[in-house]
Amino acid sequence: MGDAPDKPFRLRPRVTAANEHFWRGGREGELRFLRCGPCGCWIHPPSPRCPACLSKDVAPAAVSGLGTVYSFTLNHQPWVPSPDHPYVIALVALDEQDGLRLMTNVVNCPAESVSIGLRVRVVFENHDDDVWFPLFEPVS
Amino acid sequence: MTREILERKACISGIGQSQIGRRLGRDPLDLTLDACLAAIEDAGLTRDRIDGIATYPGALGGAPGFTGAGVTEVQDALRLELSWYTGGLEQPGQLGSVVNACLAVASGVASHVLCFRSVWEATAQGKGKRAGIGLPSAGGGDGGGFRPSGSMEWSLPFRAYSAANWIALCAQRHFHEFGTTREQLASVALNARRNAALNPQAIYRDPMSLDDYLAARMISTPLGLFDCDVPCDGATAVVVSRRDEAAGLRRRPIGVEAVGTAIRGRPSWDQWDDMTTMALRDAAAMLWERTDLRPSDVDVAELYDGFSFITLAWLEALGFCAKGEGGAWLEGGQRIALDGELPLNTNGGQLSGGRLHGYGFLHEACLQLWGEGGARQVPGDPQVAVAAAGGGPLGGCLLLTGPR
Repeated sequence: MGDAPDKPFRLRPRVTAANEHFWRGGREGELRFLRCGPCGCWIHPPSPRCPACLSKDVAPAAVSGLGTVYSFTLNHQPWVPSPDHPYVIALVALDEQDGLRLMTNVVNCPAESVSIGLRVRVVFENHDDDVWFPLFEPVS
Repeated sequence: MTREILERKACISGIGQSQIGRRLGRDPLDLTLDACLAAIEDAGLTRDRIDGIATYPGALGGAPGFTGAGVTEVQDALRLELSWYTGGLEQPGQLGSVVNACLAVASGVASHVLCFRSVWEATAQGKGKRAGIGLPSAGGGDGGGFRPSGSMEWSLPFRAYSAANWIALCAQRHFHEFGTTREQLASVALNARRNAALNPQAIYRDPMSLDDYLAARMISTPLGLFDCDVPCDGATAVVVSRRDEAAGLRRRPIGVEAVGTAIRGRPSWDQWDDMTTMALRDAAAMLWERTDLRPSDVDVAELYDGFSFITLAWLEALGFCAKGEGGAWLEGGQRIALDGELPLNTNGGQLSGGRLHGYGFLHEACLQLWGEGGARQVPGDPQVAVAAAGGGPLGGCLLLTGPR
């Protein structure tokens, strides 16, 4: 399935003009979301209009990649066979804006060490193709 | 001028259910028709008088067994002459379809609407385990080919393949903010199992202890195996009639006092503002905005338990306990027992009764109000029931009153 032996199987998103900034920002090491020019609102998932001021002047911009674990779960169920169960699925709240939130994985730490409130930063996982999955690791 | 609560022109005139079981191996349309014809007969109607259909989710692809039949299959199989019909996923949960039917009869576009929900997930999954969404085992393609889009784009690539994961994120946040525990959550599952023992149609009827619950394998923390409902095959149907058309039918119909369908936050599994609540918060709030009855008037509650945590969230949202206090309120389970202050999920819910996906709660609420619960009948002639279904961005509920 194209996944490197040290990386888990992942379903790939359908990359389009509307979401490419998100799924390929990792190529340049950046976590990108759409941002409204006039009012500065960060937008996720992508939308052609700012939900706050309805402006069409929205464009990708990079965030710091820093955030806090809002919630998490240790997935034990083997939906797909993998040696890394349990793995951590998390909701990470990004520093830039209240409510700017992303479902992701917390990696590079023991699953049992993850807790709500944990400070994290983005890391990217690439499977030698054109998608960079934005994951998070603890800020040491 | 006072606002008219239009749904009160509607009533439930009959209910029906097919055989329910694990891996029945039966044609899903056959199961669906069994339930539909049972409901029509129960109402004292004949099929030529059914002039509407409402269903969830209708005919669609997706997870195997998720839907047993759509509008057109049922219409054609029964040769119904329809004035109005609807089916689809974009509704306020599974019971949103019943709300649609209520509004249809109240507005006069139909008189007797057949509502149904049918599943055959147990047979579809075969000997395999419950599959993750979009994975090859779930018919999602070869893994290299399937590309999630829409809302799935933001969860499946992060290995969150199931509502078990998404609801676990809600539950964990609730545990964090309010100190809720697995032992407290267990009350929902243990209560369901106790009630299922009194329901001949239920899937899991053997006694279960707290130790059994805690020892079961973890699925997605804090949700273990017995926090997840059990896939089954089966269909449920109800007939929604306009009250003036229901006079003289076989039964005194169940009243529809109020409906709750609101969603005022973002329609998303992961972008909801307060993940300890989910969209059902707004549906529940709306229900009480449309009636003078209060939570203390409710005699029996049938609250969705696709995952045990969702029931806890409905209990809080509907005001049976304060926000954040659901865990403590459930502790010990006495309050929610058949002889408790709020008998809950009296047929075993989906956790033990089987994943009939929303409609089972409505069916049971009606049965209880008609006093036909048999061994599991709530004592004291219950007159007010709430039936609620949905979790995550889905939520819809009905407040029902006893036959008259």
